[in-house]
Amino acid sequence: MYGLFLRHFYLITRSFPRVLDLVYWPTIQITLWGFISNFFATHTTYYNNAVGVILTCAILYDFLFRTSIGFNMLFLEEIWSRNFTNLFIAPMKIGEILTSLVATALIRALIGLIPAVLLTSPLFGISILDLGIFLFFLFLSLYLFGITLGILVSAGLLRYGPSFENIAWSTMFLLAPFGCIYYPIEILPEVFQKIAYLIPLVYIFEEARNILINQTVDIQNIYYAFMWNGVYFVLSIALFYYSFNVAKNKGTLINMGE
Amino acid sequence: MKNLVEVKNIKKNYGKNEAVKGISFNIKEDEILGLLGPNGSGKTTTIGMLLGLLKPTSGEILINGQKLEGNRIEILEKINFISPYIELPKKLTVKQNLTVYGKLYKINNINERIEFLSEKLRLGGLLNSITGELSSGQKNRVSLAKALINEPKVLLLDEPTASLDPEVGDFVRSFLEDYKKEKKISILLASHNMNEVTRLCKSILMMKDGIIIDKGNPEELINKHGRKNLEEVFLKLSRSKNELN
Repeated sequence: MYGLFLRHFYLITRSFPRVLDLVYWPTIQITLWGFISNFFATHTTYYNNAVGVILTCAILYDFLFRTSIGFNMLFLEEIWSRNFTNLFIAPMKIGEILTSLVATALIRALIGLIPAVLLTSPLFGISILDLGIFLFFLFLSLYLFGITLGILVSAGLLRYGPSFENIAWSTMFLLAPFGCIYYPIEILPEVFQKIAYLIPLVYIFEEARNILINQTVDIQNIYYAFMWNGVYFVLSIALFYYSFNVAKNKGTLINMGE
Repeated sequence: MKNLVEVKNIKKNYGKNEAVKGISFNIKEDEILGLLGPNGSGKTTTIGMLLGLLKPTSGEILINGQKLEGNRIEILEKINFISPYIELPKKLTVKQNLTVYGKLYKINNINERIEFLSEKLRLGGLLNSITGELSSGQKNRVSLAKALINEPKVLLLDEPTASLDPEVGDFVRSFLEDYKKEKKISILLASHNMNEVTRLCKSILMMKDGIIIDKGNPEELINKHGRKNLEEVFLKLSRSKNELN
């Protein structure tokens, strides 16, 4: 019995990502639900006239989550199946690898999204299509941010190898409190607001709420979302190329499948 | 016969650790070159550099007369690799896997190529089987089919018959001999199976601690070191100080 305890104890103490993992999830959960609770305690009438706003935001967030995780999964599956080396000795440019993963991640996300959208109407009498034509821009923006996160995590996997896998699962949750998915940005402390304004999610979810609750459209939110998406997307591509070169120097590519 | 692979004084350092310390060799057309050495001698690092997965710290690699540096994609179209440490996606059928790699290598007549390889490698009845459910011997032949899907001019083999039973091992060796003769390709064979190396290779490089410590054909090496077979030569060289330096 003590032997089995030791086996896991040694594993945890020898792996910083595992220790981080133990601390990370409770911290994120408490932070996120703390802000949500705080919001509902102080703004009891905020959602009174807009039933479905939370559900709409949940669907939007899930689309982002599916896109990002979908991208990471494509990359991780090659590592898990020990096919990674085969892929990187095929005559494919990095741009071609990224493009194919980006397209496949979109199809995966849509497969998950369509049933969710179709179910909300008969089950809850809510249609995400109430967001109108701007729904397309919001989805596009979320998709861009999702694949940007996917590319960033994949760059980390290239650079650090499979030990970076835990980060792949946790990026979305780290951003959730700052993304203001279920509450307006005013709920966050001022210092957090400054960070949140650097993330496209805030503009996307603020705008979704604005359209559904106030029935107005603030183009500036959509513009800022795309602007930050563009910045992060370019950075993620540059980081991926950089990580590929580092991996070629460090030998991560040849050891990835082992 | 022209050299399809030219390796010129390549070095690879991982920080302060010198994994490969300036080695040079060529592989001719229609030649199988054996790469022998104990674990940690630099064989995998050398293969990684030939595949463009590792960037040499210094030195130059030419494949079919083209520098690998700067022409990686073009060169990868002409080479391929098999190793027991890498696998094909397990959930896909054999045919799906070969089709995927046929597409990645931009093969025009994929179905004809798969048909040809499945006949040569006795895969006919396995094409619709799930790759992950195959035996080691069957998986090995599928991996070999994947490695030949692009009709490579240069084939890198890392322990190609490890964990195979003698019958399948013999089949793979015979296949490689015939295929090399027929297509005039260059093969680099890294193996710990000395009988296999003796049978397949006309020339051998012995590596240890990142350098080539001896080279020659199997018979020459056996006579030179006064041993009965290649395995004894390997053991002698592995346990001794470096010969050529």
